[in-house]
Amino acid sequence: MRQNGLKSEILGSLAQAAWFTVLLFPLIVMKVNVAMSKATVQFRWSYLPIIAIASFVLSFVWRRALEWSSTRVEKPAGSSFSSKIMGRFQIFESNKTIRLATVALFVLCVAVYPFALGMYHTNIMITALIYVMLALGLNIVVGWGGLLNLGYAAFFAVGAYTYGFLWKFVGPQFVSAGFDTGWLFWIALPMAGIIATVFGVLLSLPVLRLRGDYLAIITLAFGEIVRMVLQNASDITGGATGISLIPRPWFLGFKLPPKQAATYIYYIAVILVVLTVFIVRRLEDSRVGRALEAMREDEIACQSMGIDLVHNKLVTFALGAFWAGIAGVVLAAQTTYINPDSFTLWESVMILMAVVIGGQGSIPGAIVGAMLLKLLPEYFRPLAQYRMLIYGIAMIVIIIFKPDGLIPRKRKSYYFVKKNSADSGHEVRV
Amino acid sequence: MDYFLQLFLSGTAKGSIYALISLGYTMVYGIVQLINFAHGEIYMIGGFTALILGGYLFTLGLPVPLVLVLSIFAAVVFSSAYGFTIERLAYRPLRNKPRLSALISAIGISMILQNFVLLMQTEKYLAFPSYLPELSFLEPVTEYINSTQVIILGTTSVIMILLTVLIKFTRIGKAMRATAQDTNMAQLVGINVNQVISVTFVIGSALAAIGGVLICSYMGQINYYIGFVAGIKAFVAAVLGGIGSIPGAVIGSFILGWTESLGTGYISSDYEDAFAFIILILILILKPAGVLGKNQNQKV
Repeated sequence: MRQNGLKSEILGSLAQAAWFTVLLFPLIVMKVNVAMSKATVQFRWSYLPIIAIASFVLSFVWRRALEWSSTRVEKPAGSSFSSKIMGRFQIFESNKTIRLATVALFVLCVAVYPFALGMYHTNIMITALIYVMLALGLNIVVGWGGLLNLGYAAFFAVGAYTYGFLWKFVGPQFVSAGFDTGWLFWIALPMAGIIATVFGVLLSLPVLRLRGDYLAIITLAFGEIVRMVLQNASDITGGATGISLIPRPWFLGFKLPPKQAATYIYYIAVILVVLTVFIVRRLEDSRVGRALEAMREDEIACQSMGIDLVHNKLVTFALGAFWAGIAGVVLAAQTTYINPDSFTLWESVMILMAVVIGGQGSIPGAIVGAMLLKLLPEYFRPLAQYRMLIYGIAMIVIIIFKPDGLIPRKRKSYYFVKKNSADSGHEVRV
Repeated sequence: MDYFLQLFLSGTAKGSIYALISLGYTMVYGIVQLINFAHGEIYMIGGFTALILGGYLFTLGLPVPLVLVLSIFAAVVFSSAYGFTIERLAYRPLRNKPRLSALISAIGISMILQNFVLLMQTEKYLAFPSYLPELSFLEPVTEYINSTQVIILGTTSVIMILLTVLIKFTRIGKAMRATAQDTNMAQLVGINVNQVISVTFVIGSALAAIGGVLICSYMGQINYYIGFVAGIKAFVAAVLGGIGSIPGAVIGSFILGWTESLGTGYISSDYEDAFAFIILILILILKPAGVLGKNQNQKV
């Protein structure tokens, strides 16, 4: 039986290998070049055995993996691999000293990171932290509100350009009034948040009636329009070249050299991320958070429970946009240079990917997803031109085997403990 | 008036180009409710296959009309095979999973195909030799419309009619409509849903391939990135007309084409894409389900 299964599996894989070899033949083996409006084709036969063998092996592995994935059932709590690991970590929960020590160790690691690893890694980490903020913000819109937003980069751009404009138009007066430019960052931070929020509300007004993919496309359109305006209104926005020489924040009135400034921005980003996580975490179980989730599950049921959908949608977009605005300011301060190319549709798609791959609606998921999406390509750099290919494959593999995301959101569950327990019949487990 | 006519005709040509791609988009969407981001890439692959095989056949010394027919045929076959394979590989395992997962998978496929072509072929723009014939009866009006545009317009109309016939009057078309309406119920009455979905992907990809060959002949160049932009435009057109509806996709495409060419002609050429998106927003505000989309009342 087993032998037979293996034989048929190998035959199947052979068939698939043949299929893929034929499928990939024109694009891999034949290389086209056009000169003088005449196409010349060059054959690279050495690739042929490579595709054949690779597709055979991969199809074999893939089939096994799919089978394993489909027969993988929810194991009873306590016997699954992850819960065993969680069991190991119980000690961190129960023992106060160990828990404090872990937290302290983690804080220490975060604190010494820029000194231990240098400027290059610090800058990468700042970008990753900006993405964490963006992912947490989009998580409110997509993960909780269930409103698919493909134009999120627009709010990011609004934030970054708020700082840019502040520098470009208010900066000179500011300097001549005797203040140092380092303060602009701190003015821009709340301002960008507020302006992005206003944009979020403005966008949500026309989309109140839309749902699902119509919403996705209209947010996409909004994002592209914002980018095109930034690109073409060159007297104000600087056009495709953007705004440059944006000041980095100063530390207590001192202008820092680039390296220290990166470290400083890193700490600012860390603090902002911690703040974001804290606020988002508080939101999650608040009245607003629960209302958002109800709206995602069923708009009509939600309405009949007395939740104002219009208000809810406005809140969703406003909250999401706020964090993007803040993240934009940090980006502008880090790179000191902004142009419309940083805010393409592709950027919105990447942030959405971070949310979905991490697990929709899950805060640790959004953090892990954003980190993964931003750090992996950086560390794949040695693979040069193959990295985007590998990246795409990694996305698909992750999403097929973990369709709910890497760290799915745990729903609140209520269950009865005991019939005669003292006052309440049930307890809450998160 | 002359200027208007010229813009109108170039908009019509543009619209028929968008229509070719958005027909496939809307079909796939209608049946699996998936924004198939990889559709643009399939179109790009169709163009490349035609370029490669057509170029090879041309060097063998075959006559031009035969090269044209064979390269379109090859593009259709290979693109359909790609569409079929992608659906099997990346979408089928996610069919009953959260909808956004399939969307991410589609974006991943789009990324893979782009970079695959980039690595295996070239990152440069390649000139795309046009094998399309020159129509002599267009001599007097060539300043308004050239023969490639007429061929594209004709092909789009024929394909739209064939597609409508296929969906309205054939067995598989009936099965498709049933699947689009309610997948579970279709399964209960004995429709092989997997097969229907595969067929949909194959037809959609074949249309994309025809579009790829024609549009690359029209533009005169090809690049690994053309699919992404075209895919977005086609998606906009499909939504504009009411996604899932075949005549809607065509109407949406023409609205898009006209808006773009009239907007660039009369207002500013810098904002070509912005006009497309602005008209989209306006139409969706007035008709939230697109021009021909049915505004479904949600039931409890």
